[in-house]
Amino acid sequence: MMAVSTDCHKAQQDFPKVLILKPISFLAHVGERHVASNKFTFLKAYESSLPLHQFLSTHSPSIKAILSSVGTPITADILQLLPEVGVVVTTSVGLNQVDLPECRRRGIKVANAGSVFSDDVADFAAGLLIDVLRKVSASDGYVRKGLWATKGDYPLGSKLGGKRIGIVGLGSIGFAVAKRLEAFGCSISYNSRKRKPHVSYPFYESVCELAANCDVLVICCELTDQTRHMINKEVLSALGKEGVIVNIGRGAIINEKEMVQCLVQGEIAGAGLDVFENEPDVPVELFAMDNVVLSPHIAVFTPESFLDLMDLVMGNLEAFFSNKPLLSEYGD
Amino acid sequence: MKSIGVLMTCPMHKYLEQQLETHFNLFKLWHCNSSITEFLKTHQGNTIRAVVGNTEIGADAELIASLPSLEIVASYSVGLDKIDLRKCEEKGIRVANTPDVLTDDVADLAVGLILGVLRGICASDAYVRIGKWKDADFGLATKFSGKSVGIVGLGRIGTAIAKRAEAFGCSISYFSRSQKSFANYKFYSNIIDLATSCQILIVACALTEETRHIINREVIDALGPKGILINIGRGAHVDETELVSALLEGRLGGAGLDVYENEPEVPEELLGLGNVVLQPHVGSDTVETSDAMADLVISNLKAHFSKKSLLTPVI
Repeated sequence: MMAVSTDCHKAQQDFPKVLILKPISFLAHVGERHVASNKFTFLKAYESSLPLHQFLSTHSPSIKAILSSVGTPITADILQLLPEVGVVVTTSVGLNQVDLPECRRRGIKVANAGSVFSDDVADFAAGLLIDVLRKVSASDGYVRKGLWATKGDYPLGSKLGGKRIGIVGLGSIGFAVAKRLEAFGCSISYNSRKRKPHVSYPFYESVCELAANCDVLVICCELTDQTRHMINKEVLSALGKEGVIVNIGRGAIINEKEMVQCLVQGEIAGAGLDVFENEPDVPVELFAMDNVVLSPHIAVFTPESFLDLMDLVMGNLEAFFSNKPLLSEYGD
Repeated sequence: MKSIGVLMTCPMHKYLEQQLETHFNLFKLWHCNSSITEFLKTHQGNTIRAVVGNTEIGADAELIASLPSLEIVASYSVGLDKIDLRKCEEKGIRVANTPDVLTDDVADLAVGLILGVLRGICASDAYVRIGKWKDADFGLATKFSGKSVGIVGLGRIGTAIAKRAEAFGCSISYFSRSQKSFANYKFYSNIIDLATSCQILIVACALTEETRHIINREVIDALGPKGILINIGRGAHVDETELVSALLEGRLGGAGLDVYENEPEVPEELLGLGNVVLQPHVGSDTVETSDAMADLVISNLKAHFSKKSLLTPVI
């Protein structure tokens, strides 16, 4: 028995390696035994005492793949040290942390989380919006402080039905948000890089024009050079004093300083934010506002999503190491 | 109509109060320091021909008896549990309420409560505001999409909730006095079976003698430790003591409550729980709907006193 396990262990040591630079929270939540494979093993750079560059140089011949998460930039510098890498698999949908042009140049495939999170993120966006309009968190706090009995009724909220929703980025998540909000009697329009051919929702060429024609903006797009700070003072002014913004994309899509100023000055009516420019830092001005709902980047965090993500990640890696097409290859 | 006496039972909505003052001779019951009968003696009780009540104070037998000229009770609510309907029928007093205009808001809040509980939105908002994001990984919530939803009472509000939950890919089942021919959803003739089969149980029925404490220990246990209860009906639908102990003991997974047995009192034990969301009876509390409800109350009163048909008659 000993001999067999030693052989197994030795065989595993010869498996190609999938590099993990920093701890990935979803792995901790699903348990390591669920991510075992007979085609590869995970190599955790963070468990080594070696400086990163040295670690990578030492192991580079066997590192064939990288598993990356939101907080781990896969830069050209890192890729340069890993000439054998053929695929980068991410646990996120967004790929702003991956040097895509460099991957393209090297012929490195990229796979993201596809649509495993779309339902959860869309659910969360709907929840944030209802919360902002109906003051759910604010009045929940009011009740917990015993103020209902002493101070009387909480101020009125705003009706969701009939609101015009502007979706910024009509991808898998944007579509899922639209489908849900339609059931509440909302109308949908959108802005995207290009008009979607088989979609009946009105399309607006610019995000400013979209903002001017809706009551709520829901940010569902990726963070790219084009979308960085795309939501600025101009867009928010177009959205107007009754307008609400919900962000489940990336913090940097919004010019956070300008948004905070708009909220402070009452230039927009409220915001539901799951993401921020410098997480985990949240602008302190927001803490005192009851027309803002804040969450710590958890729109994807459910056990169900994590299991789906695990299946997808393992499926992508198994496919790569079997020379089969990736399950969720990212391509323009 | 400026001479017609209308009694408003308690503060409900400033706009409604203003409208009543404009169109009628408005008496405000909460300005009374003594007993109702004394108040009405000094304020010409016999000129009062209409009562505008709400979910807090309606028109019970005592009030009705002290208003000999009462012709109509126009409730600023859709629920009728605070009105002695039998007495009204006996005395030929008309009753009107505010259905339909508030259906969407109440259904929206029901979904808001579900997401608040399952996804921990309220708890995490509180967490971030006290600076706790930096410290720890926020606990995992539970997915809403695709879960099984059970609705108690498939009326206007129950149907509106079902439509919304369907957009989240939920399966819908319901318990009602009778099966609804318009509904494609699975019908259970027994509320225990409904609670056993679903993960999210929503109370959306009217409060009557039959439905008082319809959510009791047995139903809560059937719903179970992974189940959540949403109440946008009336506090008295739920045995509140049993609900509290089930939550404290982990026999129920969570609850989203907009109503309580003794509003505005909320059981103290709930105030510290992270798996509940507590709302101060705000189901229809939006500017738009409050105004629409007020307009409907006024329209019903005007219709009655012009001898026209009531817009939303109950009796």
